[in-house]
Amino acid sequence: MLELKNLSFSVNDEGKDKEIIDDVSLDIPEGRLVVITGPNGGGKSTLAKLIAGVEKPTGGKIIFDGQEITDMSITERARAGIGFAFQQPVRFKGIQVFDLIRLATGKQITMSDACEYLSAVGLCARDYIGREVNSSLSGGELKRIEIATILAKASKLSVFDEPEAGIDLWSFQNLIQVFKNMRENISGSSILIISHQERILEIADEIIVIKNGKVMDRGPAKEILPKLSGTSDITPGCEKI
Amino acid sequence: MELDEIQKRLLKEVADLHKVPEGAYNIRSNGKSVGRASTENIEIIPREDGQGLTVKIKPGTHNESVHIPVVMSKSGIKELVYNDFYVGEGADVVIVAGCGIDNCGTQDSEHDGIHRFFVEKGAHVKYVEKHFGSGDGAGKRILNPGTEVYMEDDSFVEMEMVQIKGVDDTTRTTKAELKKGAKLIVRERLMTHGDQKALSIYKVDMNGEGSSADVVSRSVAKDDSYQKFDAVLNGNTACSGHTECDAIIMGNGRILAVPGLEANSVDAALVHEAAIGKIAGDQLIKLMTLGLTEEEAEEQIINGFLK
Repeated sequence: MLELKNLSFSVNDEGKDKEIIDDVSLDIPEGRLVVITGPNGGGKSTLAKLIAGVEKPTGGKIIFDGQEITDMSITERARAGIGFAFQQPVRFKGIQVFDLIRLATGKQITMSDACEYLSAVGLCARDYIGREVNSSLSGGELKRIEIATILAKASKLSVFDEPEAGIDLWSFQNLIQVFKNMRENISGSSILIISHQERILEIADEIIVIKNGKVMDRGPAKEILPKLSGTSDITPGCEKI
Repeated sequence: MELDEIQKRLLKEVADLHKVPEGAYNIRSNGKSVGRASTENIEIIPREDGQGLTVKIKPGTHNESVHIPVVMSKSGIKELVYNDFYVGEGADVVIVAGCGIDNCGTQDSEHDGIHRFFVEKGAHVKYVEKHFGSGDGAGKRILNPGTEVYMEDDSFVEMEMVQIKGVDDTTRTTKAELKKGAKLIVRERLMTHGDQKALSIYKVDMNGEGSSADVVSRSVAKDDSYQKFDAVLNGNTACSGHTECDAIIMGNGRILAVPGLEANSVDAALVHEAAIGKIAGDQLIKLMTLGLTEEEAEEQIINGFLK
């Protein structure tokens, strides 16, 4: 599905090149839910942005579905089948929730079609469909709408950058359920989640640990998770939920 | 009433009219009235000099509308019209004005409309005004609307003013005087492109206790166009006022926002907000990750912003 070959991304930091992503090679097979984890500043979010085309690599190649997409624009990658959920969802004055979901599907849809995506992320569609995607929405609401746009886009590869960031405990509980549902209907597609949350790591088929821009470890969740528990690399799930 | 295709198209743009409207109306085309109707409660009287109308709305009139669109399809017309609206006590009406100019010629076409509203006690008015220009002639399309609103106790006026396309030069002046408990809401949407120029000037005097005004402008200046938003709210008693200019600039577009608040009473509460900037990069990126091109993303963002 997705293959990264010797991927690098460096920035110029006070006259010196700093490697944010350092010669990373990995593959995300079809039909898998893969979680990338690791300490803050390790390069996880950068990797997600490189896959979506928001950042351009300084070295290496990205192959998607057998096609090299390294030089493709964000739009071309989106059309080729890559979806990307922002860590911090964007606000738009005037654009309504319905508009955003309609744009995500790429076709004319009815209100009830759009409502299904909102219901799937635990929002009462009637209350939200006509709302503007502006600062009147809370962080948790925005995050769920962001995820609804990814569901609506129905990409071959859906990438989520820290979906747990900025949401409340109640929303988080729903979020896990959303990912579980996506996992059940994964056939023909893949899901890549950047996360620190133990509860999200638990539902992964596979975990990749990234530290200092390099892949430190990877394997089935049941092998990797015990090694991470108790370290500062992950945030444990709350025992109450 | 005979209207050609250009006039029909202009009517649709400025008043959403496909045919003769229901209720009271006056349609002015190329400098003269081409159709008019009064109703039992709303009387439209032409001024003796032919340059405007007096519209009298009886007290207590409910759920009725007045349409007074103006269309100009000939090059080189310059006109100044005065329309006075007398809205009777307790009436609740919708007034739809608007002007569409199609200028394919080389001479400038100009319509300057002065609208005065005398809104009696407790009356509600929704006023909708759309301006639109088309035609590819070198002659300019010029619109200079002047609006004066005199509001009696507890009256309510909501004004929606839209100029989205094709008007080369506009100076829009709106003045309002509010008595006790009167409430004024203004929603302005403006887009300029090419080398257009638009000035929007407001002066609102809140003279009566408990009066309030909310003037909000959303605008987009593209290409080499220029806009000035100049909104002055005077709080002369216990009142509340809010003015906001929210603008997007693109290309070499320029916008000057000059909010002015003058509190002449310790109980006046006045607020202004102004924000001008280009489209946020992350807004474009988000829509591009949904498969839109950069141009399509811009269009969606602007359409939403001006909706």
